[in-house]
Amino acid sequence: MIRVVLPAHLRTLAHVDGEVKLDVEGQATQRSVLDALEARYPMLRGTIRDQVTQQRRALVRFFACEQDLSHEPPDAPLPDAIAIGAEPFLIVGAMAGG
Amino acid sequence: MSGVRLLVGTRKGAFVMTSDGKRERWDISGPHFGGWEIYHLKGSPADPNRLYASQSSGWFGQVIQRSNDGGKTWETVGNKFVYEGVTGTHLWYDGTPRPWEFKRVWHLEPSLTDPDTIYAGVEDAALFRSIDGGQTWQELPALRAHESGRYWQPGAGGMCLHTILLDPSHPERIFIAISAAGVFRSDDAGKTWRPMNRGLKSPHELPDPDAEVGHCVHRIAMHRSRPGVLFMQKHWDVMRSDDAGESWQEVSDNLPTDFGFPIDVHAHEPDTIYVVPIKSDSEHYPPEGKLRVYRSRTGGNEWEPLTKGLPQRDCYVNVLRDAMAVDSLDPCGVYFGTTGGQVYASADAGDNWAPIVRDLPAVVSVEVQTLR
Repeated sequence: MIRVVLPAHLRTLAHVDGEVKLDVEGQATQRSVLDALEARYPMLRGTIRDQVTQQRRALVRFFACEQDLSHEPPDAPLPDAIAIGAEPFLIVGAMAGG
Repeated sequence: MSGVRLLVGTRKGAFVMTSDGKRERWDISGPHFGGWEIYHLKGSPADPNRLYASQSSGWFGQVIQRSNDGGKTWETVGNKFVYEGVTGTHLWYDGTPRPWEFKRVWHLEPSLTDPDTIYAGVEDAALFRSIDGGQTWQELPALRAHESGRYWQPGAGGMCLHTILLDPSHPERIFIAISAAGVFRSDDAGKTWRPMNRGLKSPHELPDPDAEVGHCVHRIAMHRSRPGVLFMQKHWDVMRSDDAGESWQEVSDNLPTDFGFPIDVHAHEPDTIYVVPIKSDSEHYPPEGKLRVYRSRTGGNEWEPLTKGLPQRDCYVNVLRDAMAVDSLDPCGVYFGTTGGQVYASADAGDNWAPIVRDLPAVVSVEVQTLR
């Protein structure tokens, strides 16, 4: 089970409170986690990554285990602590006023 | 029992405001989609309970919302806007080529007859259509593929397709306007397009002031009983066309300044039009700090200031291009929103004004539905 923390605006959009818990098929990677997230919450498609290129949106970042994973390859394995649900995978709106 | 429902888009959410036919007391709900930019909301003329909203964010991109109960509840629908074919380039502010890139939906225009058909004007400028209530979107690519497309360039707000007018007497005729390309017309439901900018002059913005394409048209409007007559607020100049856009004549005359953004037409008097003069392209606020709507009852050229109830000193707000609307009650109601967060209403065609609210986020768009 993977734990995902969404930014406030996306929690509202997906109608969820608190963390999202996902069962991910196979290895836990950014891609497999986001695939599972978007399958459960289709309204999030396009809000985290581009629907065609699958690239992370420029002002969205991925944090986990006190590391910035935003620039890791999408198919790189996530840390074990994420894969076993000990730590959450954080989807964060970049710090940028507004 | 008649009434009106105002759909107000702001920089930080949407608001729905309702009143009875007197239009004196208002119930306000919102913010809906709080914290998101709501460029536009609009109801279907064929089903007033069917509403669409464009919700966007610099962080999280574009979302489209749909309501089937007049704005009480909303559901997300499709947000996949993908240009057809090879996208090529347009011009950037400095005249260099720039690849086309989808940014947001500026304007939603529901079909006059089918609640599930809706057009979307987007930045970078293109026209999309959905025929399934917004679940999926297809580009009408002939517009962007027009031979002039590679010369289109952004206005200060971005290269946006901001106006879509559907002709009630010619079901296949569509007018659109782009900043900064100008007006285009299709007579075959979007299969082909022609520029409609003859008579526009832009000596301060274009190397060729009379160019066929490139003008910064801010807004166009028509009266549904007379769709061959169009009115335009251009970057500078208020214009009129009596031949469905084939040619334009300036009708600014005695306006204190002919720069501005919105323009609209009285619901029952096709020659009564409204603009909000703004000081200049570099000073986006009313001249002399006086917020004045100007009304012409002669289709242009003879303008009168409408000031009763509007601030006549120290007012430095702007009124954006989609932020004015008219209802179809009698007398005609006129509404506009400001970048200072006020929404003003007149229940007597502009003679007297009063604020519905004063302290919203900056208002981007105002639409009104007349409910009977």
